[in-house]
Amino acid sequence: MKLQVNRRQALGVGAGALAVAMGGFSTVAHADKKMADEAIATFSGGKTPVTGKVKLDLPEIAENGNTVPMTVSVDSPMTEQSHVTELLVLAEGNPAPGVIRFHFSPASGVAEASTRIRLAKTQDIVALAKMNDGSVFMATKQVKVTIGGCGG
Amino acid sequence: MATKPRIKLDKPQAKKGDIVEVKALVQHIMESGQRKGSDGKPIPRKILNKFVCTVNGKEVFSADFEPAISANPYIQFHFRAMESGPVVLTWTDDDGSKIVGEDKITVS
Repeated sequence: MKLQVNRRQALGVGAGALAVAMGGFSTVAHADKKMADEAIATFSGGKTPVTGKVKLDLPEIAENGNTVPMTVSVDSPMTEQSHVTELLVLAEGNPAPGVIRFHFSPASGVAEASTRIRLAKTQDIVALAKMNDGSVFMATKQVKVTIGGCGG
Repeated sequence: MATKPRIKLDKPQAKKGDIVEVKALVQHIMESGQRKGSDGKPIPRKILNKFVCTVNGKEVFSADFEPAISANPYIQFHFRAMESGPVVLTWTDDDGSKIVGEDKITVS
């Protein structure tokens, strides 16, 4: 029994130390919704993004925010007549909202790409796809981050 | 410091029009510029900010990386196999240096 209490105390101290360590990072300015909205407006060029076509594949819960696997795909035939030209991913809760921008062409064959991203905290990720005709589609997904990847 | 990137095509031989998947991994610190060193000063940003893939000299896919891309960046994408030739992947560092990796595709 005594051993168990000791272990709990040890865990408590550990969690406290972690909280202090994390506190150090929280002084870093985080991108607010406004910065992300501005980035969306710049990308869309005045058009209102329509939800759909874009599939944003991210884990529900990311234990380590330093490396979160992400796959983005867009439902498009990728022909000369109809294809995705650009795909922008934004993280509203990161110090800077920009994550990655993919450039596609009909030579890409399919509009799909994967990478690993950093997430500072639990937040919404936004993916925006621009088609060759100028229309913009979007998808949003929330990821719960256990340990932030904000520089730490 | 630049080690050779690891590149894998899901099919090195393809029929014309096939979709080929490319997976690539490169070693890089991807220092975000947000972290502080032990002296309390911010560690300057150093990331790979641009990735381009060309097949037989024609660009098929590219990406702009931000500091939110994890260290040792992994990227996976596709291209439509139209002609045989070298598949060249180029990552550009903030300091202008380039990491280049090459594979090849045979289209029948």
